[in-house]
Order: sequence, then C-alpha cells, then structure tokens
Amino acid sequence: MTFSWNVVTDLRLLWQIGFMRNAFEAGTITAVVAGIMGYLVVLRRSAFATHALGHGGFSGAAGAVLFGVTPVYGLLVATMGGGVGMALLGRRASNRDIEIGTILAFMLGLGLVFLSLYNGYATEAYSILFGEILGISQAGVVLTLEAAAVVLAVLALIHRPLLFSSLDPDVAEAKGLPMMALGLIFMLLLAVAISFAVQIIGVLLIFALMVTPAASAVRLSKRPLFAVAISVVIALLATWVGLFMSWACSVPGSGCNAPYPASFFIVSIAFGTYVVVRLLDWAFGRWTHPSSAEVPNPPGPVREVPDSTADPR
Amino acid sequence: MTYGAPGTDGTDLAIRARRLEVAYQQHTVWRDASFEVKRGEFVAVIGPNGAGKTTLFRLLLGLQRPVAGSLTVFGQAPRRGNARIGYVPQRHAVDNDTFVAAEALVHLGVCGNRWGPGLMGRSHREAARRALGAVNAIDLGPKSLGALSGGELQRVFLAEALVGDPEMLLLDEPLSNLDLRRTRELVEVIHGLVRARGVTILLVAHDINPLIDCLDKVIYVANGHVASGTPEAVLTSTSLSDLYGVPVEVLHDSRGNIVIVGGEDPHEAAVA
Repeated sequence: MTFSWNVVTDLRLLWQIGFMRNAFEAGTITAVVAGIMGYLVVLRRSAFATHALGHGGFSGAAGAVLFGVTPVYGLLVATMGGGVGMALLGRRASNRDIEIGTILAFMLGLGLVFLSLYNGYATEAYSILFGEILGISQAGVVLTLEAAAVVLAVLALIHRPLLFSSLDPDVAEAKGLPMMALGLIFMLLLAVAISFAVQIIGVLLIFALMVTPAASAVRLSKRPLFAVAISVVIALLATWVGLFMSWACSVPGSGCNAPYPASFFIVSIAFGTYVVVRLLDWAFGRWTHPSSAEVPNPPGPVREVPDSTADPR
Repeated sequence: MTYGAPGTDGTDLAIRARRLEVAYQQHTVWRDASFEVKRGEFVAVIGPNGAGKTTLFRLLLGLQRPVAGSLTVFGQAPRRGNARIGYVPQRHAVDNDTFVAAEALVHLGVCGNRWGPGLMGRSHREAARRALGAVNAIDLGPKSLGALSGGELQRVFLAEALVGDPEMLLLDEPLSNLDLRRTRELVEVIHGLVRARGVTILLVAHDINPLIDCLDKVIYVANGHVASGTPEAVLTSTSLSDLYGVPVEVLHDSRGNIVIVGGEDPHEAAVA
C-alpha cells in the first residue's frame, strides 16, 4: 500500500482498511455531535466544564481499564457523574469555576490511583489522554452511533428551551422553563458527547472538537442554526482531513513516512481555522469600522445625574 | 384603602394586592402592602436599592410566594410562565462576544418555551419582526447582541418581552446606564406601547424625573413599606415622611424635576 497524490485513489485504498473505515465512521458521528454540542457550550460559557468533564473522564477510563471493563463505559460513568455534580452546583456558570476545578482535581486524583494500581502498559493511559481513533472496533462504531442518536433525539426535543435558557436564563425562568432540569439534561448530553469524543481525540485535546469549531462558527454567523451548521462542518473537516493526513503520513510514498497521530492533525486544523477566522474578523472589523475605538458596552455602571440645564421635555 | 370583597376584581384591574407581606431568607422585605393597578396604567416602581422592588416583580411572575396577604394578576393568582406578562429583568451588560443576532433572541421570546422538534417558523419570524418594529428596532435585528449599545439592547429586550403580545410588561431598571437622550427615547417608546396597545406597564426606576410626565401611578417601596397613588399624591414631603418614618423633603426645581432629600443614604439622595 503506497500513497499517491491522487486523493480519490487514496480514499478508495483507505476505505479497504477495516480500522480506517471504523475511524472515519466513528469520527464522522462524533464530529457531528461535538459540533452541535460545542455551539451550546460556547453559548452557555461552559468551556471550562467541558474541559473538566473530559479530564474527569480520564479517571473513569483508567478505572475501567483497572477493572477490565471497556474504557468507554468508565468514561460515561465518570463524565455523567461529574456533569450531574456540576449541574447541581447551580446555573450561573461564571461563578462555578472554583467548584468545577475542585471536582476536576479530585477526579484526576482518582485517575492517578487507578493508573498506579493498574500494572499493565502505559499505552492504555496514553490512548485515553490523546485519543486512539485508529483503535475503534466495529462494535465501537455501533455504540457511538447509538449514543449519538440518543443525544441528537433529545436535542431535537429540547433545542428551543435549551437555547432560550442558555441565552437569557432570567426570562426563560420567568416563562416557566425548568432551569435545573434543562441544566442537568445539558450536562448529561455533554457528558455522553465528551465520552465518545475522547475516543477520537483524547481527554487532553477535547477542546479541539468540543469547543474550537463552535468558537470559530459563532464568529461566522449570528444565526444560531447557521452557526451550528458551520460548527459541524469545521469539526467534520478537521476530523476527515486529520485522519487522512495521519494515514498518508504513515504509508510509503508520501515523503514523511512517520506515525503522526490523527489527533495532532485534528487539533491543528481546528486551531488553524480558529486563527484564520479571528484574523478575518479583525481585518473585517478594521475595514467596516476604520476608527472603531469605542466600546459597545461600557464596563461598569454609569449613572446619569439629572441635568437641570437640559431642555424641558 | 378599603378591602374589596372577594370577587370584586373588576375586569379593569391588572394587579390587586391586599396586605401583602414578603420575606427573603427569613427577613421581611416589606409588609402590609395594599395597592391596585388598573389595566393600561403606566406605573413607576421607585425606592432605594434593596427596598424590594425586584421582589415585587418576582411575586407577580410567580417566582416567589408571599408570606401573607393576597395578590392577583388579572384576577388570578400569580403563576410562573404566565403568557400575559412580558418581563425584562435587570441585566448588566451583555458580553461583547455574544455573537447572536438580536432577532434570534426575539424569536426565542415567542418560541423559546416550546418543546419538540419544530424550528422557528415563518409566523414566529413575522411576530419577531413586528415586535422589533414596535420598538423602532427593525434595523437592530441582524446585529449581534454583543455589538449593541445599552439603549439598543433595552429596545431589543423590550421586543423580546413584547413578542408574545403580553397584556402587562414588567421592566426592571431599563433606564439605568442610559444617558439622558437615550433615556428619553426609551421612555417615549415605552409610553407609546401604553397608549397604542393598552399594555399595563410597571417600570422599576431609580430616577422618577424622565418618567413623571407619562406616569399614571407611583408605587414607592421603602423602609419595609409600600405606598402607591398618583405621583402628585405619593411624591410629597408628608407622604414620604410617613413612609420612611423620618422627615423627608420633596423639592421641585423650576423645570418640574423632583429631588427627594433625607429618605435615602446621602449617595442616593441626589437622584431619588
């Protein structure tokens, strides 16, 4: 098997390799879910919670390895447990970073113990930390698909209340929306999405799939539906191109012939997209508002004392 | 004030409170409050910080229950999710990096509490446009929330509250952080809603002066008590001295601006 500069030939070749096909299928499903959930993460400002849940998942996966269970079940238990804990702390995400950090540190401690007690190979830990997209089995793909179907179905049912409660919690509460339940469901969906994304990209790099694509997308469209679609497209492109490049680098004929991990390319593509979007944003801002020195929302309360010399009403 | 017999809530009454008492974490906020608001009235809720103005809104929205007394909204007990009430909470500035179009927020004002797989339909989009039009904010629709000024944001929030065609609007400090010109513009928009749609409006404000020409009633919350009536009746030295329990002076300048002296802490006195 060799690399050629004809991408179509390459893809046909690649599709014949079982583990590559699994990787593409699982990666595609995960990218769609991560792109959608990522938009909500950005809107709710839950990026730190996402990061912490991913890391917390590490302890679950390490525990599962120790007890001889499939890692993804350990991941699910740990992320869902952590997610419920964070949701119960309250809905004001901005005030929760200390609590989230506390939970995160404890969970990482647990992970360390599990890892120390496990006398097997360090590769297990390595693949949890950085992802092992090429190690996904056919059964793993099916499980990923089932989990994604559940997440997307729940999202379809609650997307409007979830959006509303994320964007305008006070009004949503007054409108009678169950804020605690919505927060809880969101964290559970996030936990499931993270557990499967960890298999692709690893706990340390979870941001690249769960946050970065959406962070780029919100700057490209102000309409929620479009922004979600763009976020999914970026996550998909990063996954596909990342996988392809990782494969291309590993086979003779590409010129590098080195085992570059797919995670590296996925993270780099997501990051590159974000940098380009920020640069475009900056250039566009300079172009439309050449002398934009004013701040739209001045920080801090500004109170006007009634001016008795003003015109009578 | 006389006690109305049960069942005398006429259809012209938007709010009726009788001997209402509220507490927050075991502390009584205010007690023995009796007042009425008629449909289509424009009411200012005035008082020092922490006096319990927002608490009154929470009661009307059904987010909090009174300790004692009775309260009805359009003849019914307050309940959360009452579609007849539109609410604009007191919001500190929206983050500059909120990249969501203003019209998306207004959309959610009409469909944000609907469950199920449907997307935002054409009728909702039109309702959102109408609401933005009603507050002169059509041009703000496509702009992102983080890029709007304080006055523009308040108009968008007003549209969000207005989109479900509520009969009552509760506006919590919409005028704070606005300069005099923007304050006047927003008051005009709000007053227009009272006149054109007959919406009953309760507006929490720190400064009564920009509102005084269009108000039907003042609800003054201070010192654990609530006084209500026309601005001329409530905003007098006698009435406010009674409310605070200490001598308070209400002064008028040559342009009709009101200054209340003595009731609040010195920092508040100048703008009460």
